Order: sequence, then C-alpha cells, then structure tokens
Amino acid sequence: MTGRRLEYLAAPLVLFNLVCFVVPILSIIFFAAHSPEFVDVFPDTSRKLNSWDQQTLPSEDVFLTFVQELDKAAQDRTLPDAARRLNYEISGYKSLLSKTGRVAQDLRPPYREAMIGIDQRWADVNYWKVAASASHRYTTLFLLTALDFKKNADGSIAYARQDERVYLATLLRTFWMAFVVTAICVSLAYPIAFLMAGASPIMARVLLALVMIPFWMSLLVRTAAWMVLLQKDGLVNQLLSGLGVIEQPIQLIFNRTAVYLALVHIMLPFAILPIFSAMRSISTDYLRAAASLGARPTRAFVEIYMPQTLPGVAAAALLVFILTIGFYITPALLGGPKDQMISYIIAQFAGQNANWGMAGALALLLIVSVAVITSMASALRMSRSKRAGR
Amino acid sequence: MAKVQSLEEKFWRAMLYFASLMVIAFLIVPILIVVPLSFSGGSALRYPLEGLSLRWYGEILWTPVWQASLINSIIVASLTTIASTVLGTMAAIGLSNLKLRLSRAVYGMLLLPMVVPLIITALGIYFAFAYMGLLGSYLGLVTAHTLLAAPFVLVTVHASLQRFDWALMQAGASLGGRPVRVFLEVMLPLILPGVASGAAFAFVISFDEVVVALFIASPTTKTMPIQLFSNLKFQLTPAIVAASCIMIAISLFFAVLAEVLLPYLRRRRIKR
Repeated sequence: MTGRRLEYLAAPLVLFNLVCFVVPILSIIFFAAHSPEFVDVFPDTSRKLNSWDQQTLPSEDVFLTFVQELDKAAQDRTLPDAARRLNYEISGYKSLLSKTGRVAQDLRPPYREAMIGIDQRWADVNYWKVAASASHRYTTLFLLTALDFKKNADGSIAYARQDERVYLATLLRTFWMAFVVTAICVSLAYPIAFLMAGASPIMARVLLALVMIPFWMSLLVRTAAWMVLLQKDGLVNQLLSGLGVIEQPIQLIFNRTAVYLALVHIMLPFAILPIFSAMRSISTDYLRAAASLGARPTRAFVEIYMPQTLPGVAAAALLVFILTIGFYITPALLGGPKDQMISYIIAQFAGQNANWGMAGALALLLIVSVAVITSMASALRMSRSKRAGR
Repeated sequence: MAKVQSLEEKFWRAMLYFASLMVIAFLIVPILIVVPLSFSGGSALRYPLEGLSLRWYGEILWTPVWQASLINSIIVASLTTIASTVLGTMAAIGLSNLKLRLSRAVYGMLLLPMVVPLIITALGIYFAFAYMGLLGSYLGLVTAHTLLAAPFVLVTVHASLQRFDWALMQAGASLGGRPVRVFLEVMLPLILPGVASGAAFAFVISFDEVVVALFIASPTTKTMPIQLFSNLKFQLTPAIVAASCIMIAISLFFAVLAEVLLPYLRRRRIKR
C-alpha cells in the first residue's frame, strides 16, 4: 500500500467534528458578545441613539423614528425578540414596549409627549440608556453579568449587590464541589488500587470486575438508585427507624451530602483505574530495599512508594475534577437549590429563558476554566518530567 | 519465601483490607439493595418485599410510552454504534499514518467531546441542529451520539493499531489485494478486539446518554433515559426501578462483551 494516502481516512471524522462540535461551540460563545436583536428591529433608532448625549431625554426626532419603527415591528410581529433583549437590563421593559407597540399607529405628534402620555416611564432617561446600550451589535452585558458585575446607569462597572451575585458564585461552588469529590475519590481509590496492584492475577481480576460493573452502568440509573435509598420513605430511613436510631424519617435527599454520595459513587472508578495502572508498573523492590536498610514499613511506604504513585494520583485527580465540573443531571435530581452546579444554570438559560447571551457567556466561563485547569496540569507535568530528566 | 510480618505491617495490611472492602461495598451494595425492589409484588419501595412478581417489568415493556422509548433507544444506539465504529476506525487508521506531531494534535482535538462538559456540547448541537433542521429527528440523535461515541472507538482502535505491523499491508498489496480487501482480510482480524470493544462502548454511551438527548429529542423520538429522567422528577415507583434494571441489564451485557468475551477470544487466538 505504499503511496496510498491512508492519512486521509481521518478526514471524515475531523470534518464531522468541526461541523457538529467545534463550529457550533464557537458560535455559542460568540452569542456571549453578539446581541443584535434590538438593532435588527430598530436600525434607525439605534443609529440615532448612538449619537445621543445620554444626559437629557432624546429629541423629538428620535421619538419619531422610534414610533415609526415600533409600529412597523408591532405589525411585522418582530417585536418580542427586541423587547426581550431590553428586558434583560430592566425588567418590565418588555411589557412597556408591547403596550406602547399596540397603540403606536394611533400616536400623533408631538411624539415625545404622546409616548409619555401612554406611560410615564418614557420620561425616565434610564429606559433610553438601556435602549442605547442595546443599540450596538456587540455587548459586554452578558459577560459582565456572568462574572457578577453590573454596569451602572452612568456607564461605570461595579460589583453586583451581595444578593445578586449568582453566577460567579455558582461557578466557584462548582469548583468547590468538584474539589471535594476529587479529594474523596482519590483517597478512597488509593487503598483499593494498592490492593489490586499487589493481588494475585485472579484476585486482581475479580476486584477489577467489581469496580467496572458500576463504571458501565448509566449514571442516571445510579442517581435513581441513590434517590430510592435516600428519599423520605426510602431504604436508609427505614433501616434507621427499624434500628430505633430515629423516630421520624429524616431529610436525606435534596442536600449537599446526597449529591456528594452519588457523585463519588459515579466518579470513583475513574479515580481507581489510573491509580491502579500507575501502581501496577511500580516495582516493590525499592520497598524491600528500604526495609533491608532498616526503614520501618510505614516510613518506607510513605517515603519510597507514595512519591512514585504521584503521577498516577495526579492523572486520576485531574480526570475526576474535569468530569465532575460538568455534572448536571445528578445535582439536579439529588440536590437542593443551593447544590446546583454551573451546568444547571446554563441549561436553564438555554431552555426555559431562551437567553442565549447568558448561556453563551456562562459556557465561555466554563470552557475557559476547564482549559486553564487542563493546561496548568500539563504544564506541571512537563516541568516535573523535565526535572526528572535532569 | 517465608515472610515475617511485623506488627506494624500486619496492622496496615488489616487496614488495607478493611478500607478496600468498604470501598467495594460502597460501589456495589447500593445497586444490590435497589435492584430486587423491581421484583416486588407490591407498590412500595421497601423491604420485606410484598411477594415476588414481574408485573413492574410487564408494566414497563407494555406501556406504549416506555416501550416506544426503549425501542427508540435501541434504534439510536445501534445506528450510533455503526456510524461511530466506521468513523472512529477510519480516523484511527488515518492518524496512525500521520506525522507524529500533527497526529497528536488532531487526536487531541478529536477527543475533546470526551472532556468538554456535556451541557456545552448539548447547546452547540442544539444550535447547529436548529440551523440544519435536524431537531427532533432520529438522524439528529444518531449524529449527536456519534459525535460523543466516536472518540471512544478512536481510542480503542488507536491503541490496538500501536501493535500493528504496517508491513503486512504492503505484503497484502504486493500480492495483488485491493485496499478494501487487504483491510478486511489482513488488518481487521488483527485489530478486531479494539474495534469491537470500541463498538460496545459506543452502544452503551448512546444508550445511556441524557443531557444532549434532552435538548434535541422530540416527544416521538424520546429515548429511554429521557423517559426515566422525566419520571424521576415526579415519583419513584417499582416500575421506575424496573426500567432502571432493564437499562442496567443492557449495559452489563455490553460490559461483559467488552471486558470478558473479547479478551478471552483474543487470548485464544494468540495461543493458536
């Protein structure tokens, strides 16, 4: 087969991946900054608002253009998208716009007074500032909001009020939960991986099978199993009241502990396998050498064996951490409102609210965090192996 | 070799066995406790069981929504297995013939769907499919699941190609074999374990996938995991546990195929 270009066989999957994965995800991220909904429906108003001084109410000319375009949008039924865009910044703007849109064709000049006559809010400069800020095709609104920042009416950027800090807080909570799950998984995986690495071939195979059985099972099914165990009249409550430990069933579900239990259960095989494969390639000769030199078993294990397992542990931790960050289904079913991870919020924005700007901005935050963590880990590994090479 | 264990060593041994036992119990016991509930004759999820029966399995298999979702899942997973096995195997062969540096970069890109959070992949696919008119169709579900499953085929086939002797391909060609025939008769038998375990992975990944399917499936193309997910949000019944057990049985069938049967076949061939 010399001369045959076998490498082109990779092309279909590469192309498929580009069309259905890379480009769509880049577009999603693009939505985080691209928001032309208002400009598309109100092109002339947008142009005029861009040169408005933002101090006093816009001129009669702006009002005239606005009423003309509002009337057209109301008749073409293109108003809802633009109205939703304005509503992101001031709630109530949507109903204000549709209310004014319904009567736009009956308005007579002077339009400024006519609109204020319909609703006093048209006399409020802040409403026009929001329209002006929506008059650009690109916006920082979603990214700022995703980072819990807020643009004030005067254009300055400030940290959001305590009770409004939702998104960055959820991202940090996601990291924290992933960190806790990783720490528990790695510490539980270490002993059993060690046992497997030192066991007889048959014993090792049996243990591996016991680890792999849950690994192959659907995570939804395993989440369901935990719901059956932990629910109010679930098996754990039955057991505890049967033993007389409790009198009333206790709330075991819809809290952080339930989420941790299920997440650790799901992620544990992902921690065991890399540590096991790292330990299998470590010779125990050094341990014996240390013992023959008089080291106590504990000291030999901690000082000689454990450092050699660190690359495997690091690989396991990275894998578990990265995979846990993206969890959605399990916290949604087992957690309460304060136990949701960032994927849940992204799903809500994309689903119910159809706010693609916020979904895109949060997706960007999540992707950047995963990328930063992965590249930090690989940089660490490179510097380690460089040092080892010296 | 006679081994004299100090007290310290014995202590740590005992601790090791104890810890390992607890971990295995944590992994297995929850499943072992929940599964029998699906065979209960009554409708309460508690022990002791109110008699044994298969009524809940009957209820799942003969209720139209559940039945349709199971059939949907099997159709989608089967087609996904075929598509991702073909694409993944081709890509693995292609990458093995690329220059190392380029091959590594492309390999890394192709594995991204394994590590990028599913919700982001789901949003991207939803957006792309809305544009292409694939939302709610079988073709859409198969395409999306192929995107997620093909990397697993790529990994397993790529691994088995590491031990493949490319001179065999030249030998086959010099004997006059056309490329497709050389592939089918020379290469495929040698990399078959990798291809088959990749295919088993692909089936299970598609069969279990929830997040992406939630975004793109329509009521008529609803898969089993979606049906299970929407029921889990309301009430837990033995029927739901039975549905879970059906999913467990199907996953474990493929697990046994990939982890037990294929390694066994491979060992037998090497011995011959």
